[in-house]
Amino acid sequence: MSEVNAAPKNARPNVGDVVIDVQHLTKKFDGRAVVRDLSMQVKRGTIYGFLGPNGSGKTTTIRMLCGLLTPDEGTGTCLGYDIRTQTDKIKTQVGYMTQRFSLYQDLSVRENLEFIGRIYGLENPKAAARAAIKRLGLSGREQQLAGELSGGWKQRLALGACTLPSPQLLLLDEPTAGVDPKARREFWNEIHALAADGLTVLVSTHYMDEAERCHEIAYIAYGELLVHGTVEHVIAASHLTTYVVSAGAGVLNALSQDLTGKPGVDMVAPFGTSLHVSGRDAVALEAGIAPYRRRADLDWKKAEPSLEDVFIDLMSRAQDNFK
Amino acid sequence: MSHIIPSEAPRRRRGNGFWRKTWAVLIKEFIQLQRDRVSFGMIVMIPLMQLLLFGYAINTTPRNLPTAVLLQERSDVGRSILAALANTGYFRVTELPSTEAELDRLLASGKVLFGVEIPANFERSLRRGEVPSMLVIADATDPVAAGSALGALNRVVQTALVHDYAIPDAGAPAFEIRTHARYNPAGKTELNIVPGLVGTILTMTMLIFTALSVTREIERGTMENLLAMPITPIEIMLGKIFPYVVVGFVQAAMIIGVGILLFNVPVLGSLFVLAGLSTLFIATNLSIGYTFSTVAQNQLQAMQMSIMFFLPNILLSGFMFPFAGMPVWAQWVGEMLPLTHYLRIVRSIMLKGATLSDLHCDAAAMAGLMLVAMTIAVSRFRRTLD
Repeated sequence: MSEVNAAPKNARPNVGDVVIDVQHLTKKFDGRAVVRDLSMQVKRGTIYGFLGPNGSGKTTTIRMLCGLLTPDEGTGTCLGYDIRTQTDKIKTQVGYMTQRFSLYQDLSVRENLEFIGRIYGLENPKAAARAAIKRLGLSGREQQLAGELSGGWKQRLALGACTLPSPQLLLLDEPTAGVDPKARREFWNEIHALAADGLTVLVSTHYMDEAERCHEIAYIAYGELLVHGTVEHVIAASHLTTYVVSAGAGVLNALSQDLTGKPGVDMVAPFGTSLHVSGRDAVALEAGIAPYRRRADLDWKKAEPSLEDVFIDLMSRAQDNFK
Repeated sequence: MSHIIPSEAPRRRRGNGFWRKTWAVLIKEFIQLQRDRVSFGMIVMIPLMQLLLFGYAINTTPRNLPTAVLLQERSDVGRSILAALANTGYFRVTELPSTEAELDRLLASGKVLFGVEIPANFERSLRRGEVPSMLVIADATDPVAAGSALGALNRVVQTALVHDYAIPDAGAPAFEIRTHARYNPAGKTELNIVPGLVGTILTMTMLIFTALSVTREIERGTMENLLAMPITPIEIMLGKIFPYVVVGFVQAAMIIGVGILLFNVPVLGSLFVLAGLSTLFIATNLSIGYTFSTVAQNQLQAMQMSIMFFLPNILLSGFMFPFAGMPVWAQWVGEMLPLTHYLRIVRSIMLKGATLSDLHCDAAAMAGLMLVAMTIAVSRFRRTLD
C-alpha cells in the first residue's frame, strides 16, 4: 500500500471532510447493469439516506463501498482509501450492517460481540462486549442465542455489533425493515447520537419518515442516482404540484379512477380519507382537475408534495426512461 | 398498477388431491435438482468413476509385489532364482541391497514387501547335493498380500531350477526355502486392520468437519458479515481448521488406545512420532475438506465431494486391498491420497517399530498434500460476493 494515499490512522479530520467520494460506479451481474454510472459524495458526520425501490441497486452500491463487490467501472474512495485496491483498510474502519441478519445464530449475544471484538483487534474484547451489552440494553439477554432473539432485538444486536469497533463510517442496509415503530424511533435516536460524535452514516430505507430524519438523501432507481440533497431540496427540485382532495371514502375511489390518466394528472394516491393528486406541469394539472374542483362533495386544497409523492413520481419517470 | 388479486377467482379441484400434491412436490424437487448442476453431474460421475476405477484397480491376489534380494554370492543359480521369482508374477525385484541391515531397513520402511536372501556358497552346496536354505522374509503386516505370494513360491522356484540347470529333481527338494513372516508372525488380520482403521475413521470424520464449514457460512448468510470484516482467507482457514486438529487428536488417541487394550495391537515404535505424524495426517485431511468447502456451492455438494474423495481413500490406499497389488496407475492415484501414506506410517510405527527416518518420505508427501490443499483453498476462497 502506498503511504501517500493512506489516511492517518485514528485521525479525526474536521467535520465536512468527504468520507465517501465515488464517480461513475457501474456494476453488472450477468451482463445486466444493476448500478450504472453512479457518483456520490458523503460528508463526515452526516446521516445520508439511501432510498429507492426494491432491486434499485442500493445494496449493490453499499457492497461496493465496503469492498464486498468490485465495481466493473468507475473509481472512488471510502474514508480516503481506494475502493478497488485498499478494501483491507476500508474494512477496518467501516461497520456494515447487512440487510439479512448475519451474525451467528448459534452463538450467544455476548459470544457474537466478543468474536467481532477479537477480529477487529480490540484490546479487551470481553470488556468491550460487556460495555456494548449494557449500552444496547441487552443486559439479561447476553447468554441468549442470537437466533432466538426477536426481530427488534436482533436489529439492536446487529447495530451494536457493527458499532463495536468504533468505526468511522456505518453502512446500514435497511436496518429497520420489519421493526416496530418504537424500536425504530430508538434506533434513529441512536444513529443521531452517533452522528453527533462525528460518525458518518449511510442508511438505506423504504420508510419516508426515516428519510426525513436524514441530513441528506439520495434517490436511486434502476441503478441510477436520480436526485440527491436535503429533503427540502429534493422536494423543491421535483417541481411537483400537489392537491389534496378530501371526501367520503366511496366517492374517493370513483374519483381516483376518474382522475387517473387525465391530461396533466401524473399521480393519484389515496391517503385514508384524502387523495393526493399531483402533476409535474402545474398549468396542465390545474386544467385537468378544473371540472372536478367545482363539485360540492369534494374539498380541494393545494399542498406541498410529500416525499413519498416525489419518490413515486421519480420512480415512474425512471420507469418511462428504462422500460 | 395492475390488480394483484384476480377479479375472477380460479376454480379449485375437488377432493383431497393426495397424488396431485405429491406430484407438485415431485416437480419442484426435479427442478431444484436440475438447477444444482454440480450435484446433477455427480449423480452420473460418482458411480461411473467409482466403477471404472475400482473395477480395474482392485486385485485381491496381488502380483508384482516389490521385493528386495540380498545376494551373498554372485552365481548363475542366484540369478536363475531371481528370474524364477519374477516369472511367478508375484514378485518384482526392485531393490538389490548389499547388507542385511539395508534389507531390514527396506522392509521396515515398507519400500518392499519381501526380502530374499541367498547365502554365500549357495550354488556350491547345491551342486554337492547338500540342502542349502534360502531365506524369504515377508512383511506380514498385511497377511492377504503376503499369503498368496508365499504359497506360490516353493514349487515354482524349484521347477525353474530343474529346467535351467538340470539339477536332479529327485523328488526331494534340492534346497530349502525358509519363510519368515516378519512383524505379524501369526498372520492376525486385526493387527493390520486396527491401525488402518485409525486412518480411515480419521479421514471420514475430519473431511466432514471442514467440508461444511465455508458452505455453512454461505447458506446461513453469515459469510457476508465475515467478508465485510478485516480478516484474510488464511486467517479464516487456519481458524476453522485448528479446533478440529484437537478434536482429531483426541479421536486418534481414543482409537489407538482401544486398539491396544481390546485388540492387543502393539506400538513398537515411538508414540511421540506416531502422535506427531497423526497430527499432520489430521491437518492434511482437514485442509482437503476445507478445500472442498471453498469449491462447493452448497452443503450438499460439499458432502458429495467428500464422499467421492473418501471412497478411493478406502479402496486404493491399501486399507482394504493390498496396495502393491494394484496396477501402477492406480498406485499413482493412491499416492495422491493422504491415507495411503498414513497407513504406511501407522502400520510401520505400530507393528514394525519404524522410526521417523524410515518414514520421512511418507511424512513429506502428506505435508506436501496439505500445502497443495491449503493453497487451492486460499486461492479459491472468494473474498468478495462478485
